[in-house]
Amino acid sequence: MEMEIAQIAATAQTDAARYIGAGLACTALIGAGVGIGVIFGNYVSAAIRNPSAAGPVFGQAMLGFALAEATGLFGLVIAFIILFG
Amino acid sequence: MASPLDQFTVIKWADIEVAGYDISFTNSSAAMVASVVLVTLFVTLGMRKNALVPGRWQSSVEMCYEFVAKMLGDTAGPDGRKYFPFIFSLFMFVLFANLIGMLPWLHPFTFTSHIAVTFAMAAFVFIGVTLIGFITHGFKFLGFFVPHGAPWYLLLILVPIEIISYLSRPISLSVRLFANMVAGHTMLKVFGGFVVSLSALGAAGVVGAFFPLAFIVALTGLELLVACLQAYVFAMLTCLYLNDALHMH
Repeated sequence: MEMEIAQIAATAQTDAARYIGAGLACTALIGAGVGIGVIFGNYVSAAIRNPSAAGPVFGQAMLGFALAEATGLFGLVIAFIILFG
Repeated sequence: MASPLDQFTVIKWADIEVAGYDISFTNSSAAMVASVVLVTLFVTLGMRKNALVPGRWQSSVEMCYEFVAKMLGDTAGPDGRKYFPFIFSLFMFVLFANLIGMLPWLHPFTFTSHIAVTFAMAAFVFIGVTLIGFITHGFKFLGFFVPHGAPWYLLLILVPIEIISYLSRPISLSVRLFANMVAGHTMLKVFGGFVVSLSALGAAGVVGAFFPLAFIVALTGLELLVACLQAYVFAMLTCLYLNDALHMH
């Protein structure tokens, strides 16, 4: 009986630690948010200063956006690995 | 209610086993076949007339061609021209895969949401690009890992970092595409779940369910953008790696 209770407590602790870990993995979104903000903020300010450059630079802004977003999603992958791995 | 991750389940359609290996035809293989067939039909039927003044369909094929040609020319330069067929096929394959996954009916399957698929593609790109580097430069290609102008004691730290960052390329290339697809599709299904559970609450819930529904519509637009963007990023990074292999620094 006591062994069973100890086992249940141990699995509950692992589950709790797992959820905490998954939550911590989501802090990767801080960096992704900052990155996307920096990219589009700078793109808009550049486009206002020099509207004729806005078109050609848009592709690069999109590339930067995709790369910055992907770093946040790496955190999501780690969260998934912790939760379901 | 089904889990939002159920949409990624691979379902066997026909059991095939060759020499102990399970190579069954699954919904994933069906989506890949559909992607290849659709790209082939799109390009060959679009260029069938080959008119001097293109129609709508031919224009869209030409736009795809010019888009990839410009991307390759801008990043890898004129030396990269001969790899155009590979980059074009890769771009169109990933693009159609992502777009097939966004079709809201037929219960389609996004095979780019599986790390096995994206990592196979990324590993193929990585090995191919490394081979191209060694074929064009011989063993001088190893100089790629030695940054110019660094003093020797810094090289002890910089060379391992360069090698590790080079080796992590296939991982970042594949995980980027896979994570974007998984995250987007999971998010759509999570909001779909909100609609179902809200509308089960009665009349007030049905009215409230329109808010997540509207959000799903907006999110579908974003996912279409991401689908095209990730195909572009995948092809673009392949071009960049190719440029590194062809011109080193």
